[in-house]
Amino acid sequence: MSISRRHLMGAAGAFAVFPAFGPEAWAQAKDKVVIGISLEPPVLDPNKNAAAAIREITYQNIFESLARIDRTGAIIPGLAESWTISPDGLVYTFKLRSGVKFHDGEALDASVVKFAIDRLFAADSTVPAKSLYTDISTVEAVDPGTVKITLKSPNSYLLYNIALCDAAIQHPKSAATNDKHPVGTGAFMFKERKEGDSITLVKASTFRDAASIKLNTAIFKVVKDPSAQVSALLAGDVDTFPGFQAPELVERLKKDSRFAVVVGTTEGEVILATNNGKKPFDNLKVRQAMAHAINRSELIDAESGYGTPIGSHFAPHNKAYIDLTKTYPFDIAKGKALLAEAGHPNGFEAVLKLPPVGYAQRAGEVIVSQLGKIGIKVSIVQLQWPQWLSEVFKERNYDLSIVAHTEANDIDRYARDGYYWNYNSAEFKAKWREVLAATDFAKRDELLKDCQRIIARDAVNGYLYQLAKIGVWRKELQGMWENSPTPATDLTGVSWK
Amino acid sequence: MLDFITRRLAAALVTLALATVVVFAIVEVLPGDPALVMLGTDARPDTLAAMRAQYGFDQPLMIRYLHWIGGLLSLDLGSSHAYGTSVAKLIGDRLAVTLPLGALALVWAMLAAVPLGVFAAWKHGTVGDWGVMGFTQIGISIPNFWFGILLVLAFAVTWQIFPAGGFPGWRQDPLGSVDALILPGLALSLGEIAILTRVTRSAMLDTLREDYVRTARAKGAPESRVLFRHALRNALIPVTTVAGLIAGFLIAGAVIIESVFRLPGIGQLVYDSINNRDLIVIKNVVILFTILVLLVNLLVDLAYVLLDPRPRIAA
Repeated sequence: MSISRRHLMGAAGAFAVFPAFGPEAWAQAKDKVVIGISLEPPVLDPNKNAAAAIREITYQNIFESLARIDRTGAIIPGLAESWTISPDGLVYTFKLRSGVKFHDGEALDASVVKFAIDRLFAADSTVPAKSLYTDISTVEAVDPGTVKITLKSPNSYLLYNIALCDAAIQHPKSAATNDKHPVGTGAFMFKERKEGDSITLVKASTFRDAASIKLNTAIFKVVKDPSAQVSALLAGDVDTFPGFQAPELVERLKKDSRFAVVVGTTEGEVILATNNGKKPFDNLKVRQAMAHAINRSELIDAESGYGTPIGSHFAPHNKAYIDLTKTYPFDIAKGKALLAEAGHPNGFEAVLKLPPVGYAQRAGEVIVSQLGKIGIKVSIVQLQWPQWLSEVFKERNYDLSIVAHTEANDIDRYARDGYYWNYNSAEFKAKWREVLAATDFAKRDELLKDCQRIIARDAVNGYLYQLAKIGVWRKELQGMWENSPTPATDLTGVSWK
Repeated sequence: MLDFITRRLAAALVTLALATVVVFAIVEVLPGDPALVMLGTDARPDTLAAMRAQYGFDQPLMIRYLHWIGGLLSLDLGSSHAYGTSVAKLIGDRLAVTLPLGALALVWAMLAAVPLGVFAAWKHGTVGDWGVMGFTQIGISIPNFWFGILLVLAFAVTWQIFPAGGFPGWRQDPLGSVDALILPGLALSLGEIAILTRVTRSAMLDTLREDYVRTARAKGAPESRVLFRHALRNALIPVTTVAGLIAGFLIAGAVIIESVFRLPGIGQLVYDSINNRDLIVIKNVVILFTILVLLVNLLVDLAYVLLDPRPRIAA
């Protein structure tokens, strides 16, 4: 025993003299920020992979789109300084910003934009978000500073889709290698990547407004394990986790005066996904009974209180949101009665297939107990993410699942044929066509409210709560986004006090 | 001697060939579609099909197996479809973390366990022995990730002697890299120290009962010479065997320790590759592990020959 202790002490003594890269690093360099991320992006090109982590690093920092989603979720000019939409909603004309350069010195003009948008919907395109752009018929470079996009049919979400990271403007010269070495027009350029560890960006001298950028270096560090995230913050190895994933550990950080813990909104609706095509869930009464059994405040407690109840598939901070949480209020007796009416007086057995994400794991146990109270005996099956995608999402081989739908404006999924809920409503589809065709946004909001009402009434899925965004950062760090209207860590406005 | 090595080498090669079949079969039957993982839930069926064709996921199994083996034989490990980089580079970068980590843990385990085991055997049945045995009981019971978290809280968060995690890279900061491996190496070695201590102790107890030890004592050899020269050398044979086995466990244990300490090691690569269904990476890493374990076993066999002349004579 004594030998081992001496050995350890010797080692500790010997290494203590070497400068550790931890605690003081942030204090020295006030133009550098270390951002912790819980998921590592595979490649770095949003056109090659759907991972949100790619967007969280590259959006606005490396890549820019014609329009831009700002911290409030509003669509503001991006690489296009302005645009006009024809009265029939079919022709969008974008006026490009002048003097825009890519990190490799190439200039932005209309031909580059045409190249970038064309490949989103081309027949042989393998872009993950292709389905968002297939309404586009042609893209024309009218002159070097003007691009005209013509649609096959009106799509009132086109501008939003054009503002996404998926529609990032990439240059023909660098597009093929953007997966490993992304070259964009943004304020930061890619410097290096250590797979499994970190991605380093540095301020781009080519950026049109370089003087406004306060940071010189941004390092995205991959820290997957929640307790390792806490220790990385406490030890000073990481300055911020914009999306902290473990609500149960937040209290520890709140007590530390060095950090600000900021709770904001996300676009993630956590739902009890229900296979509407499978017995007994094809029976509206069964789904209504389940809706009555759901106690949202208990579910939010399981998230340590972070989350906002929802009654439909729509984000509460959205202008068109209506509160439908009372459509089928929590009522065990009513739930039991409805189950009996549906021919299941003694309940039935069901399987809940869970993806390996924290919120689903936490909500899963609660749902099992809540549904158990009206007689539905639920057993949990754990799946890896790829399994979930194949088994639940693609093959639709499931009864129930819990998942957050994190895309903004994703109520359109209810109009999709063959989507994994197996919901098929002519009424909703017609309503959604009206939403797409609406050129007047006030009218569109009213139609969106109707959409929410339809799916809430049909109790398509169990609507649980909206995920909160828990941001943790050093108090001296300012300009971080408190909400997450789109996957992004926009560093253009971030600086140290 | 040469014949002995040749036979061992041939056995290792046959094992390796069988392993490729098993690994391929297991990886290919993993549920989950790599194209769907890459393209996500908005992907259209036509894009998924195009993606599968692009990476050859739509080829028959036999063709894919031969393609893979062909690559291995020509030392071309292919490129990861998740990262887009060469698998050889990915594995190389990760081994540069995991191998030193495993080696450090093993060295630590040996350095701590052998003296502890010798001490316990020497003090057999006394308080010293019970103390060591108590320590090993605790060492086996404590999960190494939890011990890792404790180490971080103590040495990184409270006293700030070592970094809480991360790895600066050998080229960028060699000393910092050593520093970064100290705590994880310790966390990883705890269970192994406990096991090796017990093995050393019981092996020592066995040898201390041997006639030659009694003879050595009878002829008046000093106690240290009896312990280390006569007893320990023979006791090291089972200890070496177990240490060889442990090397494999260390790599497995590294998966979770790397996660606690944020080390971009091979364990994390495998974990991520399984989650990304990065099939080519999983297959090549597992085969590499197989080769490593075979090599370690080969070395253990050779170590026997050096420690104990009997296999040499039998050969």
